Amino acid sequence: MKEIVVISGKGGTGKTSITASFAYLGGKDVVVADCDVDAADMHLLLKPEHLQAENFYSGVIAEIDQDSCTSCGECAEICRFNAIPVANDIYTIDPLNCEGCGYCARICPVEAIAMNSQNVGDWYVSNTKAGNRMVHAKLGIGAENSGKLVAKVKNEAKNIANETEKEFVIVDGSPGIGCPVVSSLSGASFAVLVTEPTVSGFHDLERVYQLVKKFNIRAGCIINKADLNPQVTEKIEFFLEEENIVHISSLPYDEIFTEAMLEGQTIVEFGDNALKEIIIESWEKIKNVA
Amino acid sequence: MKIAFTTKGTEWDSLMDARFGRTEYFMVYDDEKEEISHFDNQSAADTAHGAGPQTAKILFDLNANVLVTGNGPGGNAATVLQKANLKIYVGAGEMTVKEAYDAYLNGKLAEF
Amino acid sequence: MKIAIASGKGGTGKTTLSTNLASYLAENEKVVLVDLDVEEPNSGLFIAGQLVHEDDKYKMIPEWKLHTCSLSGTCQDVCNFHAVIRLGMEVMVFPELCHSCYACSELCPTSSLPMVPQKMGVLRHYQKGHLSFVESRLDIGQEQAVPLISQTISYIDQEFPEDVIKLYDSPPGTSCPVIEATKEADFVILVTEPTPFGLHDLQLAVDTMRELNKKFGVVINRDGIGNDGVLDYCHIEKIPVVARIPSDRRIAELYSRGELIYTKIPEVKQQLLQIGKYIKDLQIGVNE
Repeated sequence: MKEIVVISGKGGTGKTSITASFAYLGGKDVVVADCDVDAADMHLLLKPEHLQAENFYSGVIAEIDQDSCTSCGECAEICRFNAIPVANDIYTIDPLNCEGCGYCARICPVEAIAMNSQNVGDWYVSNTKAGNRMVHAKLGIGAENSGKLVAKVKNEAKNIANETEKEFVIVDGSPGIGCPVVSSLSGASFAVLVTEPTVSGFHDLERVYQLVKKFNIRAGCIINKADLNPQVTEKIEFFLEEENIVHISSLPYDEIFTEAMLEGQTIVEFGDNALKEIIIESWEKIKNVA
Repeated sequence: MKIAFTTKGTEWDSLMDARFGRTEYFMVYDDEKEEISHFDNQSAADTAHGAGPQTAKILFDLNANVLVTGNGPGGNAATVLQKANLKIYVGAGEMTVKEAYDAYLNGKLAEF
Repeated sequence: MKIAIASGKGGTGKTTLSTNLASYLAENEKVVLVDLDVEEPNSGLFIAGQLVHEDDKYKMIPEWKLHTCSLSGTCQDVCNFHAVIRLGMEVMVFPELCHSCYACSELCPTSSLPMVPQKMGVLRHYQKGHLSFVESRLDIGQEQAVPLISQTISYIDQEFPEDVIKLYDSPPGTSCPVIEATKEADFVILVTEPTPFGLHDLQLAVDTMRELNKKFGVVINRDGIGNDGVLDYCHIEKIPVVARIPSDRRIAELYSRGELIYTKIPEVKQQLLQIGKYIKDLQIGVNE
């Protein structure tokens, strides 16, 4: 079983549309994992039907038991996050400010503070219209993606792939270069970097590739909107050659991304279009090199 | 000498876990005593951030001399493992533990 | 007047709007543009100004004192973030995992982990005509954006009078950094695209703003490219649509080269004028 992780560093490069197309092309041979939990949009294209839904817990948050609290105020004094406001001598926890460090619970003289694990969202196993299984998640307000949630989503997908003897797991990776993307990449067989020829697009590609390189993961790159700025595209191509990254394909700037999205379709099922062939070839190439 | 593997199970035939910080198990083979032991690391899955250094500490406490794994540890974990004077070999992520051990013996794995 | 410019996901044109709006408004009055996307600040790519102030920013982290440490291990037991680890005869601190809660430091039985400042990033203040541009950049490897965002906002509060228009280019998403960047704002502009992805991410951002009790409006970017889903949603939810920036390949090209757009494309300038008027009305309380 091979694990293919698609990442981009920056938002808006078309990563999710491209990943959903691969998921569609892979059909019954693949299991899909959406680890771009902050902007989990892949379900809008793949139309998953939930088979299983479970709560996801991450981190802890303080809670004061008002019956045992003596209003001594020691907790509020040591809290560095202004998370324990007091009104009329009653101390409460501001959940948006609480970092979950647990200091207050440790020093409370009457043990009135408990650290409870936080239900920050749900994760699902679903059947998609492409005939494959998909593992995805939805976070609540103010909850942040974490290495833990990404690992959970990916692990479930991998277990399903192993049990049902699928060839590939396709992962829509997290943005940025922090903990979630590290977790997205961890254990990957091949990384697909989606970029665009803008000043910030290239900058973010270089940053995220540093991570890929550190983990010794082989990588390929898709340059989206390649004709938007030929100079920057050329720079990216040079970078790919220098770093030994497979140049999988270049896609022209095309509104078909949006048109297909409006129909709730992936690019490859949206009639005949210029991008369809390139994306099919890209997927074949990835399967061969991964 | 103690050789630690990041694994998904506890047998020689088990698959390796390519990940370091969130590896499911460590299998440790003592080639002098010809003994295998294992450590269940599945609680690392409950760590939101910082699984790497946490797992590295466990490996440190297991007193291993060599680590055989897949991708290799991230920056923080690597710092901890340096203190442990541990030799790290990567690239065994898609093998069974037995295959990984053979690859290590035959010098087929890259040093991290 | 503090206006935060935010979006549910990256790549919707938040930075394009912030930089163009700030430059446009600065043609006639004093404006402060603050890039609070500290992990990846790139407003600076579009604004060239003269550096007038530079400041290293610090967070507090524990520093291990070998000679007094009794190796009790209390520090690692009380750290919920795995930022302190006792390794044999040594204690190691991982600054980027540390949330500066002080628990290890103050609960250490021998006071062997005093808190010391550690550089986490740098704040830079540029000036170009009426436009003041302030950006903060996290050092590579640092993971906690919130403390730097909050220190940057304090800098703005100290340096500039209340009545000046301040535009906060906020980080994308709906998690802690966005909340930190928007919680002091008088008004939040949510930038979105008129597509199903745009609508989905906008709804998440709206939920967050409502949770925070914020006044907010929507700017639709790349208008004309998609459908009416976003407009219908805003109508039903009674969310003001402040402006609609047209979809135009020339805009994408200008952006790719790091150039401002409104000076070249009159339709964009027209929309900025509309946002400017909306902000003026906010200042005198018309939109209450």
